[in-house]
Amino acid sequence: MATRKAAAKPNVSKDELLHYYREMLLIRRFEEKAGQLYGMGLIGGFCHLYIGQEAVVVGLEAAAEEGDKRVTSYRDHGHMLACGMDPRGVMAELTGREGGYSRGKGGSMHMFSREKHFYGGHGIVGAQVPIGAGLAMADKYLGNDRVTFTYFGDGAANQGQVYETYNMAELWDLPVVFVIENNQYAMGTSVKRATKSMTLYERGVAYGIPGEQVDGMDVLAVKAAGEKAVAHCRAGKGPYILEVMTYRYRGHSMSDPAKYRTREEVQEMREKRDAIEHVRTMLLTGKHASEDDLKAIDKEIKDIVNQAAEFAKESPEPALAELWTDIYADALPQGEAH
Amino acid sequence: MATEVLMPALSPTMEEGTLAKWLVKEGDTVSSGDILAEIETDKATMEFEAVDEGIVGKILIAEGTEGVKVNTPIAVLVEEGEDAEAAASSAPAPSAAPAANGHDPAPAAAKAPVASVEVRETLIPEGTEMVTTTVREALRDAMAEEMRRDGKVFVMGEEVAEYQGAYKITQGLLDEFGARRVIDTPITEHGFAGIGVGAAFGGTRPIVEFMTFNFAMQAIDHIINSAAKTLYMSGGQMGCPIVFRGPNGAAARVGAQHSQDYGAWYAQIPGLKVVQPYSAADAKGLLKTAIRDPNPVIFLENEILYGRSFEVPKLEDWTVPFGKARIWREGTDVTLVSWGIGMQYALEAADKLAEEGVSAEVIDLRTLRPLDYDTVIASVKKTNRCVTIEEGFPVCSVGNHLSAYIMTHAFDWLDAPVLNCTGKDVPMPYAANLEKHALLTTAEVIEAVKQVTYR
Repeated sequence: MATRKAAAKPNVSKDELLHYYREMLLIRRFEEKAGQLYGMGLIGGFCHLYIGQEAVVVGLEAAAEEGDKRVTSYRDHGHMLACGMDPRGVMAELTGREGGYSRGKGGSMHMFSREKHFYGGHGIVGAQVPIGAGLAMADKYLGNDRVTFTYFGDGAANQGQVYETYNMAELWDLPVVFVIENNQYAMGTSVKRATKSMTLYERGVAYGIPGEQVDGMDVLAVKAAGEKAVAHCRAGKGPYILEVMTYRYRGHSMSDPAKYRTREEVQEMREKRDAIEHVRTMLLTGKHASEDDLKAIDKEIKDIVNQAAEFAKESPEPALAELWTDIYADALPQGEAH
Repeated sequence: MATEVLMPALSPTMEEGTLAKWLVKEGDTVSSGDILAEIETDKATMEFEAVDEGIVGKILIAEGTEGVKVNTPIAVLVEEGEDAEAAASSAPAPSAAPAANGHDPAPAAAKAPVASVEVRETLIPEGTEMVTTTVREALRDAMAEEMRRDGKVFVMGEEVAEYQGAYKITQGLLDEFGARRVIDTPITEHGFAGIGVGAAFGGTRPIVEFMTFNFAMQAIDHIINSAAKTLYMSGGQMGCPIVFRGPNGAAARVGAQHSQDYGAWYAQIPGLKVVQPYSAADAKGLLKTAIRDPNPVIFLENEILYGRSFEVPKLEDWTVPFGKARIWREGTDVTLVSWGIGMQYALEAADKLAEEGVSAEVIDLRTLRPLDYDTVIASVKKTNRCVTIEEGFPVCSVGNHLSAYIMTHAFDWLDAPVLNCTGKDVPMPYAANLEKHALLTTAEVIEAVKQVTYR
């Protein structure tokens, strides 16, 4: 675990801190609710929770501009909430209902929002990496001044296609930020059991791509690194790698007993390194908010999540006719840049 | 004693080439390994080395000559003091030169430069000028026309730009469209297929060339999981308008890893469209349709067909719709269903069967997905017999699928079981005699027809 670097001493406003607090709390409460609904049998299949990693997407979204794109793996709920997708639509997709982002046809691992420039939600480990570079290639080709955030884990970092993509992304100066969310376990295999080259961002050196390691439990540090990476890409200098050191508190998926690590290890991360607690402390010690203020926010978030869960339960299952739709496009979807 | 130097075959499918440049002149002494000339094949410009030693007595074919057939004498080597003029007329052709290249023309590659059967396309207005065009040129023209029409269309792949295409399909495109739109990739199929898919999601219209579809197996996860399924998984939000194209199937003497027909594999996948053209007119019209299609399209070409010539209508915007079979030949006794290179066996068999008084109707499916079931069923209801012809493996073949479909929809019209002619159920062998046996033959098609017509 990277040590917490002296994150640019809080030249950070009250509003900004409150925003991070709210956003990260939304993801955590949403995921806790999803875990609950899974336990009730309302969500099926695979369900990978983002609890513990919230500061990664919230910090990077703070560095993004309107129109920037993002793509990630199957642990995608946090990314969708952080880029502004409606929690009701995300939760209803988890329950496989008509009101879900993919009308119930994608599920937890396969969700998209063209409106919010969220390009999935991909179920094959590592496949989103060339796709992210391709999105950046399209922006460069079309002359859009946009950056694509391509998220993947420490597990995907050992996939061959990642390095094929590094090579081409640097060769063609593609505006893509590769974000390695290093939560230290690829399902049950710790990083040190999967590789001897454990500083994953350094692998970019072989392709000429600059990068750095970032404390992923510190939202301000993530944001600062994100801004640096984005500036590099937008200046036409090609890709940038951020290895964001983070930790997932829950198992790989709902069915993972997580026997590969000790309870103490998890407990220590939760107690000493929690990203939400970190911001909460800053808000309180900086006298930006009172306990009551934060309680009010907690309640507000809880309501949003409860509403999402209600919507996801009440939304009907998709009509059977949906089985046969969206296999082929007759024309390109609305909003397509054609 | 004088030795003739023959035009070499420098690629598995080369039938003729251009003698681009002589690097020796008459009177020069050469020894084994010296470079004699530069020869342009259907794929590349190659240096041609001397095998024997001697003095260049006479150059028979001037540099710059195009269309020099393989095995044509191009020069004569003489010994010290020998008369070149006399030698040229009497020199025996050494068998060693061409054989050294291991060239054994595919049975397919041997004949029929121009298809003898008249192209009947309802979409061609009367009086349209027809231009003799190779499949290679037709494919290039289709890409060039679509790139002129739509700035979002670009082509990427290995050797597509500066090399002018490994099989010269993209010849000239770099000059016209520049490096922004004709993009050389490193040898990295998995990666660039995924990048192509992302670029399609991002609002462009990529054409991804695979040097051959054998290499696309490295990329098949992106073709199927990323390209074909995303529209469905996104509830219709995100389409993937992309063309994956390149040569597919057996070429000649390239062995098991370079000789597979993937038509049946891709035809199984909902979300893909699968095109496998035979003629140049269809290659052009279908590729233009593929580039405009908002879905991922697998476009399966064939190396042996690249150099074949067909009549292509000279029209400003010639397109061929997907899912419409072409009836190349009408008949009454049996229906032959094929596509891609299988069509040459079907058409050859139909010619020979006609001599024996059997009237075969020959259907070219042109696209495997969507598949024109109606045309097949209508024909079977007329002829009551059907033989399918494809180059791919026999198990779970397209022919198997058609047989099941015909059984379900025209059972009462059948007077014989539907037979499937396919390649053999073996990895493609290298040895010339074994390869010949592994491939489909016209004789097998004729035999199948005799079986179903009880002759």
